[in-house]
Amino acid sequence: MSKLVRLEIDGKPVEVPAGTLVINAAKTVGIEIPAFCYYDGLTLQGACRMCLVEVEKSPKLVTACTLAAAEGMVVRTQTPQVVQARKAMLEFLLTNHPLDCPVCDKGGECELQDLTFRYGLGESRFLETKVHVPEKQWSAVVYYDAPRCILCYRCVRICKEGMGVSALAVVSRAVDSEIAPNMGDHLYCDECGMCIDICPVGALTSQDYRYQTRPWEMKHVGTICTHCADGCTTTLGVYNNRVIRGNNHDRTGLNGEFLCVKGRYAHDFIAHSERLKCPLMRVDGKLVEVSWSQALAEVAARFGGIRSRGGKFGVIGSTRTTNEENWYLQKFAREGLGTGNIDHHRSGDVISLLSALKGRADALAATSDLYERKAALVIGSDLAQQHPLVAFQLRANWRHHESHIYTVTRGPVREDAYSRLRVRAEAGRELAAAKSLRQALQAEPELLILFGDCVRGAAVHELVEFGDSLGIPVRYICLVDYVNSRGAMDMGLTPGLLPGYQPAAAPGLDLAGMLAAADLDALWVVGANPLKNAALAAERAFVVVQDLFLTETAARADIVLPAACAYEKTGTVTNVCGEVQRLSRAVTTMGAKPDLEIFRSLAARMGLDLGEPETDRVYAEMRRQLPVPAAGEAARGVVASAGDTLFTSGTLGRYCGVLRNVREAPGGLYQ
Amino acid sequence: MTFSPELEARFEKLLKSYPEGRESSALVPMLLYAQDEIGAVTPELVEEVARRLRLTPAAVESVVSYYSMLRKHPVGKYHIQICTNISCQLTGGEELFEHACRKLGIGNREVTPDGLFSIEEVECLGACSWAPAIEVNYDYHHKVTPEALDRLIDSLRKLH
Repeated sequence: MSKLVRLEIDGKPVEVPAGTLVINAAKTVGIEIPAFCYYDGLTLQGACRMCLVEVEKSPKLVTACTLAAAEGMVVRTQTPQVVQARKAMLEFLLTNHPLDCPVCDKGGECELQDLTFRYGLGESRFLETKVHVPEKQWSAVVYYDAPRCILCYRCVRICKEGMGVSALAVVSRAVDSEIAPNMGDHLYCDECGMCIDICPVGALTSQDYRYQTRPWEMKHVGTICTHCADGCTTTLGVYNNRVIRGNNHDRTGLNGEFLCVKGRYAHDFIAHSERLKCPLMRVDGKLVEVSWSQALAEVAARFGGIRSRGGKFGVIGSTRTTNEENWYLQKFAREGLGTGNIDHHRSGDVISLLSALKGRADALAATSDLYERKAALVIGSDLAQQHPLVAFQLRANWRHHESHIYTVTRGPVREDAYSRLRVRAEAGRELAAAKSLRQALQAEPELLILFGDCVRGAAVHELVEFGDSLGIPVRYICLVDYVNSRGAMDMGLTPGLLPGYQPAAAPGLDLAGMLAAADLDALWVVGANPLKNAALAAERAFVVVQDLFLTETAARADIVLPAACAYEKTGTVTNVCGEVQRLSRAVTTMGAKPDLEIFRSLAARMGLDLGEPETDRVYAEMRRQLPVPAAGEAARGVVASAGDTLFTSGTLGRYCGVLRNVREAPGGLYQ
Repeated sequence: MTFSPELEARFEKLLKSYPEGRESSALVPMLLYAQDEIGAVTPELVEEVARRLRLTPAAVESVVSYYSMLRKHPVGKYHIQICTNISCQLTGGEELFEHACRKLGIGNREVTPDGLFSIEEVECLGACSWAPAIEVNYDYHHKVTPEALDRLIDSLRKLH
């Protein structure tokens, strides 16, 4: 804790840590100092001059956003001179600012509107015609309207500092100044839309939301992004049962205001024209539309028949369904169908990590550690592409706390630019390369180790041994692919482990084993696409698929049941750090049902009593005592990341128009 | 892109004059020196300077577009900058500017067909005590009359 300094703002005594900016010191006693360019966490700009205040003994007004509070300082924010200055600044900002607020996307949530309302002059003395420049489209998602721009540099700074991309700059001077993209007339960047979100006015607008509706007409639903495993909250703007935009301007969730292109724009798959809205049944070799009751009756009858004659089931779960659904599915498989053949696409070896840690809960990192730990070692992941929030938080930690980052990757990654040491390692050599950093790592006070799918099985145990040998507190993050990849393991969608990593009495077949088993009688695939790159050996197996779209796997099915997506249901998901978060329902698609509802209908038709999902109890037990899966459990089955980039999202990415339309798509790792 | 050994030496000395990690401060002088050699700040030069200073081309472009003395198009061999700011205006700067345009048959920021001369109307040159002032390339000329300007232009032309 740094030293406290005492000062006075508008006659109120204030005590804040030395180095606190006056603008923030004022907030602690409920005094608002208006500002446009100031933004928490970014470098200081002092561009907008809106935060001018009077400071005793200072001959001129001072910008409160660049002034550090000092002992004995006397600040006044309400004097006639300050009030006059604010009015003058707003008058200047509005000189060329078009008053198209009634049609501007930002209308209603615009900082220029708000501050003009509170501090503005009311009348302008400028009679000249406003300078107008036509708006420009910079990419498939970003539009720029120069006359609305107040040149606060927020977009320039968030792109450079927050994202590490530096795609934006201010060009020209005086009245001609405007923001320009890095490719002259277009952008080549992450397309994350952070510049749009951070814009205090409507200068930067997004393709999906522009001229669609007014902010107050939407319902705002905060839920968890369904794409990667980082667990960002995205606040969906819903109008007429349609998701119009995604952002996290209200800074709820562990991502603050951060969102990548997927969290912000890749919600368009919900309303995709190929979305399944009616169950399909194979009749004479063709999939035809049938009613829900007909489809469910058929599945129940066939499953019931196979079960009663002791047939062989295979169940493949999803990395995007909720914990409740996953829990229920494994119970359905194990108790209802009597099979241990259950698995999912595993993208990181969490099981080996938990096994190697032997119950040490304090060695598992939380998302907050990314911003707080003093050093981090990244092994085998292109974070900016695969884990945008993790990359963002590590970068913020380096910017704000000068943390040390070490990278061991196959090729160049964005973290190279600020990593203390970087090592290139061929595939399979990553762990050995990480060990070469021993001397540097030992000198750190603490360490966070993040590892991708290149470290798995015995290598994870070796990595933990290495971490222990450093003699400093080490925490780990096993990087996995999708929104509930972690939860699928927690909830026992694995052949050898029950929920909470309890060993199964009779381990079943893993994913590859099921696909290869020629004697499989039924394959039940929930929200996964295993047949995308593999064939099903059992040609005569009865295949049931629950999915949003007619994927390669669904196309092979005998029954296809249209499922609701993550934005259409409630439940919980678990992110890459093991944090459990709740989904909220934003919209509904007529005809599709949440997977849990499908499971329950099937159970009822099969006469099974599987009870309510008991995920809360599972988590309570996991929290009380971190489970220790037996070493070698992870060896059962394949662990491999799908290698998604910022612009792909497994099979789902195909149905996200935005991800396909941006120039950068599909991007590549290690470039 | 390659520069002359002299310019490379100048860059090397320049980059050493800033604290470590602050080399990007050399941006403006680097651009100026390179512009003198190449004649203009070309897109290739922007790329090259950005690469050397580890900046993005957009950041360099941002600076180039801000400073009027950094030019994207080549000027004449003799770039005549005539001040029309207040002190010079009061002492005949504007007339001087118009005279120069008539004499050379070109307008503001234009180059004579032979590439020898170009004219630019500029803001204060910091020579108010000796107004009206002009600057030809890096050389100042004080209390300039139209006749003196004629003599200067003629003498420069004779060199070619």
